[in-house]
Amino acid sequence: MKNSLTNKKYKSQSANRRISLSVTYTLLIVFGIIWLIPLLWIFLSAFRCEYQADGTFIGRVTSNFFPNSFGLENFKMLFSSTYYGVDHAFLKWMLNTLIIAIIDCIISTLLVLSVAYCMSKLKFKLRKTFMNISMILGLFPGFMSMIAIYFLLKSIGLTGNPAHPEYSLVGLVLAYSAGAGLGFQIAKGFFDVIPNALVESAKLDGCTNSKVFWRIILPLAKPIIIYQALMSFTGPWMDFIFAKVIIGADNARYWTVSVGLYSMLFGTHPDTNLFTQFAAGCVIVAIPIVTLFMFLQKYYVEGVTAGAVKG
Amino acid sequence: MGTDSKRTRNNGRAGFFFRIGNAFSEFGKRFVDGSLGTKLSHFIFGAGNFYHGQFIKGLLFLLVQAGILAVMILCPTINNTPYGWKALANLSLKNVSEGGEFDFATGEMTVGSDCKLMVLFGFVTIALIVIYFLVWNLNIASSYKADKARKVGKKPTTFVQDIKELFDGKFHVLMLTPTCLAATVFTILPTVFMISLAFTTYNSQDMNKLGTNLFGWNGFQNFSSVFTGEGSLGFEIKNRFLPVLGWTFIWAILATLTCYFGGIILALLINKKGLKGKKLFRTLFILTIAVPQFISLLAVRNLLGEYGPINSLLLSWGWIKEPIGFLGLQAGDSEILAKIMVIVINMWVGIPYTMLMTSGILMNIPTDLYEAARVDGSSTTKMFFKITLPYVVFVTTPYLISSFVGNINSFNTIYLLTGGGPTYVGYQAGGTDLLVTWLYKVTIDQGSYNTGAVIGIFTFLITATITLVTYRRSKAYNEEDTFQ
Repeated sequence: MKNSLTNKKYKSQSANRRISLSVTYTLLIVFGIIWLIPLLWIFLSAFRCEYQADGTFIGRVTSNFFPNSFGLENFKMLFSSTYYGVDHAFLKWMLNTLIIAIIDCIISTLLVLSVAYCMSKLKFKLRKTFMNISMILGLFPGFMSMIAIYFLLKSIGLTGNPAHPEYSLVGLVLAYSAGAGLGFQIAKGFFDVIPNALVESAKLDGCTNSKVFWRIILPLAKPIIIYQALMSFTGPWMDFIFAKVIIGADNARYWTVSVGLYSMLFGTHPDTNLFTQFAAGCVIVAIPIVTLFMFLQKYYVEGVTAGAVKG
Repeated sequence: MGTDSKRTRNNGRAGFFFRIGNAFSEFGKRFVDGSLGTKLSHFIFGAGNFYHGQFIKGLLFLLVQAGILAVMILCPTINNTPYGWKALANLSLKNVSEGGEFDFATGEMTVGSDCKLMVLFGFVTIALIVIYFLVWNLNIASSYKADKARKVGKKPTTFVQDIKELFDGKFHVLMLTPTCLAATVFTILPTVFMISLAFTTYNSQDMNKLGTNLFGWNGFQNFSSVFTGEGSLGFEIKNRFLPVLGWTFIWAILATLTCYFGGIILALLINKKGLKGKKLFRTLFILTIAVPQFISLLAVRNLLGEYGPINSLLLSWGWIKEPIGFLGLQAGDSEILAKIMVIVINMWVGIPYTMLMTSGILMNIPTDLYEAARVDGSSTTKMFFKITLPYVVFVTTPYLISSFVGNINSFNTIYLLTGGGPTYVGYQAGGTDLLVTWLYKVTIDQGSYNTGAVIGIFTFLITATITLVTYRRSKAYNEEDTFQ
């Protein structure tokens, strides 16, 4: 008698669980669809290949979510077109961004790691002062100083230089990476967890501080190195405000890809008919970045979580 | 704990003044006690090092002194604006010339002064002076150290030894110098420059009328114009400041809370026991983080646009008669709808972040808590409110604060979605503009650098107050070095 009762209870519990699981599945699938729709739409628009009755290509936003016919026309146009008077503009923008991203990635990561190591594992006089100053500086809205950086770079010819427009790229790299060292908090949180005993024993064995950094800390810090590198590499692909202001609206040859894509739709000469080409550009930018993220997902999650708990 | 932290803070402050006093007595002591070389070092950099035979080091110090003094005295000019003592004099922004007159000596038109460069170079010069005195102090200390070594019968360190020390005991100097230099030039200097602009008449609208690059100091007038409405953008800043400030707060609170709790719920759903395809679902949501924001947000903007699929769908269903301006892109669109839309779309952007973060934390909740609760016969909902939620909220409080501050400065979402719209005739600040987007419009689009700087300073004051009040109380700050 008693046995059957518990059995019944067990059965109703498992039925409950099944119901709640299926509710969870439904919710997650609905959410998943909501989250995917805009991205899917951009993806579909990139491959849209529709023509009007008179044979002209339809590039603007249309009312149908799913294209009536697919093709690679947008990609062909994107790579061969002249935008803002620049031949093969998209290719050039991609190349500019790639160069900036690589250099920024190297400089920023080195700066962040070196500052974080000092703050976490070395004892010196002005340590706390340095941490407080960096925190206060971080509270000013970033583009309050943006325009001042532009004036500064312009006064030394690193942007808005009519003789050497390409110097703007150097200026932008400086603007991106120079302040990077002040964003050491997440990496410091990571270094804090590495036991001090490890550092101490290495020093007893006669290691210098520099050797401790290169031979002991860095090999252990692979996740945070990858996180920082990922963040600073993807930064230039995502930013468009800083790049637009520093490089200048009239220097289209040296824009980064995000400035270029943004300008297609909302620049000084926006063209609603460029929407599908914009979408194609988005797909080309997004694919490598998304792939990177997916491969390095583990490290990204680790960095984000470390940042959350330490604040 | 409260009294404890108070005591240490008081100690710290007293210690600070004590240290300043100490530093001064140190200066005197070094001059009196030091060798001839050390005494000379007070006037000629590196003299002490030459005296002790440390030639390379001495030469380096001497070069710094010669370089900075040369800049100070010779006043090299860039774009017709001098550095050096002339730059300090120029900081007063008096004695400026409008330019545009015929100069008989050169046979060309004269170039007018550029006040923004004058201010900028003035601050660069001040930074140089600070560096000068820091190096001055270093050079005396270095010579004094060599004196002491001599006294106990040791040889002063050689250059090679100094370099070696830079990789060991003074490793932090080597590691921090690049960041300090770069941050001074690209963060501190620009910030100080922009703050100072808040006290000027630098406003390109006025200056275009005059056709020059001239402006002057005007004290706190730009700040008082928030209340009086004076100045060229005074009308705007007086009437729009409070609405924008209020909306910034409402936005920051709602955006933080919706994303936070939404993220926790999503994380709970994904981490539900017995659910298959956890990894697939998580990857799907990370996808939206990985796609650059300007792509995903512009996609949403076009999706909701006047001729976009959503409006067409609603039209074809007959639910609406004409396209809805969801995002307030046209002047007549509803402000409330635009505000609701940006918050909802921001959830779409922000929830995956919180989901990621809380997923890890949820897995760390000690399982015996749940088991004990289950033995006591608690229901799942009760366990959620009594165990899960308090635990997650406790652990993520620092994140909650930083994401609130982040939302106050959330430029991308607003700028890319609504551009601050719906706009009002005669005003820059639209219905959904935050302080930061307003700052952008006022400086970059309008060229009212002084007004922009005032808005920036207010934004800083708000975020700084919130951060300092909460952060100084937090464990993460007070027990920062207990981890080690």
